[in-house]
Amino acid sequence: MSVSTAFEKARVDGRAALVGYLPAGYPDVQGGIDGLLAMVEAGCDVIEIGLPYSDPVMDGPIIQAAAQQALERGVRTADVLRTVEAVAATGTPTLVMTYWNPVARYGVERFATDLANAGGAGLITPDITPDFAEDWIAAADAHDLDKVFLVSPSSTDARIAMTTAASRGFVYATGIMGVTGTAQATAAGVAPLIARTKATTDLPVGVGVGVSTGDQAAELATYADGVIVGSAFVRRLLDHPDDRAAGLRALTELTADLAAGVRRA
Amino acid sequence: MTTTPSSRFGADERGWFGDFGGRFMPEALVSALDELTVAWQEAMADPTFVADFEKILREYAGIPSPLYHAERLSERVGARILLKREDLNHTGAHKIRNVLGQALLTKRMGKSRVIAETGAGQHGVASATAAAYFGLDCTVYMGSVDTKRQALNVARMHLLGAKVVAVDSGSATLKDAINEALRDWVASVDHTAYLFGTAAGPHPFPSMVREFCRGIGDEARAQCLEQYGVLPDAIAACVGGGSNAIGLFTAFLEDEDVDIYGFEAGGDGFETGRHAATIYAGDRGVLHGARTFVLQDEDGQTIESHSISAGLDYPGVGPQHSFLADIGRATYLPATDAEAMDAMALLARTEGIIPAVESAHALAGALKLAEERPGQTILVNLSGRGDKDMGTALEYFRLGQADAETGDPA
Repeated sequence: MSVSTAFEKARVDGRAALVGYLPAGYPDVQGGIDGLLAMVEAGCDVIEIGLPYSDPVMDGPIIQAAAQQALERGVRTADVLRTVEAVAATGTPTLVMTYWNPVARYGVERFATDLANAGGAGLITPDITPDFAEDWIAAADAHDLDKVFLVSPSSTDARIAMTTAASRGFVYATGIMGVTGTAQATAAGVAPLIARTKATTDLPVGVGVGVSTGDQAAELATYADGVIVGSAFVRRLLDHPDDRAAGLRALTELTADLAAGVRRA
Repeated sequence: MTTTPSSRFGADERGWFGDFGGRFMPEALVSALDELTVAWQEAMADPTFVADFEKILREYAGIPSPLYHAERLSERVGARILLKREDLNHTGAHKIRNVLGQALLTKRMGKSRVIAETGAGQHGVASATAAAYFGLDCTVYMGSVDTKRQALNVARMHLLGAKVVAVDSGSATLKDAINEALRDWVASVDHTAYLFGTAAGPHPFPSMVREFCRGIGDEARAQCLEQYGVLPDAIAACVGGGSNAIGLFTAFLEDEDVDIYGFEAGGDGFETGRHAATIYAGDRGVLHGARTFVLQDEDGQTIESHSISAGLDYPGVGPQHSFLADIGRATYLPATDAEAMDAMALLARTEGIIPAVESAHALAGALKLAEERPGQTILVNLSGRGDKDMGTALEYFRLGQADAETGDPA
């Protein structure tokens, strides 16, 4: 299933899609895969796998901590692709969220090829914008991969139009001015950005950054086509460093709470 | 100050220096960077802004700094060594030029708060100084490793009224301080300006910081012609991010007979892997918003750099330097910790000038150039003074013990 099909299916159900994030390689590669499979099982419609990076400027302390530990334990780009393969095999559309340098270093065309071969749906790219992504756009188009770029409350209307025109899959609207896992997004805060974005595109719009609870998901699902949750999932794993079964149970519980939330709107 | 548009060595309107530079940034910051670009270009075209900047530099910061012929050192090495004395500026380094320029622009843009990153603390102290001068709130991000080894500069920033935030993430050094400052900026961009400390980062910072620092080279070139009637045969500066170097180089780029050298931190030596020689030993990549040379591993993860000089201890470099290296207009070579410390001691003993350990890398490089260029004129940017480095010198040279012998040996 493609990302756009998953959003469409949710829309037909009269609800928002739930997008769940974990970084690859935390607590280790298999532990990360197990966590993501638990999230699929409990109701995530789309999975977003973080590629751990040494300098993640859009991430707050929670995701930084997990990514840093994954790197210290030796996670490699190849492990991220292995994680994609394991999750995509469930049929749930699977995106990679990555800062740009690891992709540039791997080789943009080679990365696109290997991601497509692993069954990956595309990339979410938090530190590049379409006007500086010519090589990624070309590679994604050649491999029919989704290009999820971000729009922000500070974006001008012209930049939103430029961004949505270059996007495929969905458009990622940041719920707050800030990094992941810090402040809470509110419907009142994010509604104007969603409206400005929808005015330029028929693509679904997902809201992420600042979303952590089922109640919030319910509130945001009134305006957005998808709700994206990252730090709250990662927090569940960080809270259970020595008890993997408890970590997986916590992921399942949070997924269920959020999945109920997107259905309450 | 010259406000000429970028030459063939400068960036295009999107911040590209050939294949280097650009703006690889979160969308959340792009509008602010666009706004900054426009405000900066308008300011540089406004004679009032330019006059204000020059007046503050002159009356407050002690600029222009002198160009000094180091005669005893010159005799020792067999070439004419000229020192651009940026160590005499207020706060002790070239960095005051950049922060006063950016803070003046912040006032003009109507923002009330500034943030900055710092490694050794020099840019943090300069930012806190400029914030005090203009009455702006100031928060400085500094790696927790650096707050411990540079406690004196933390105290300076506090005395100047700045808030200093210790950064524990990543390697807890300069690159992580930049990450944390960027995270602050994503959340505060409506009322906050980021006083970026070097000629790196996303467009317009590499070009803007260069223009605020280019007085170094404009002054030195004019002083050299006026005082000695010739242009130098070679010029040298140290390169971490590269603000003092690009500030010196810019005036000489069109002078084809002037050879340009940047000296990077060779740390324990290139072969040890413990260095910060980004252009010499790094690969093309993207770091902190620009495509440039980066010290990175096979997967594109940034590798921690190593240098005795905190100010050069950065795994990236300004994109214009990458470009100048790529087209062959400037040559970038490493100078090791040991070479720099020897040069520091030599300058102290021959000239009575204790240079910053950063600037001592430029001097160490110039001493090597002097061997190949007997009788030639070599102009070195002495970008800062060594007061802040006495702890390093104390440890390195095992100083601070009273001399055992008494009396005058003569």
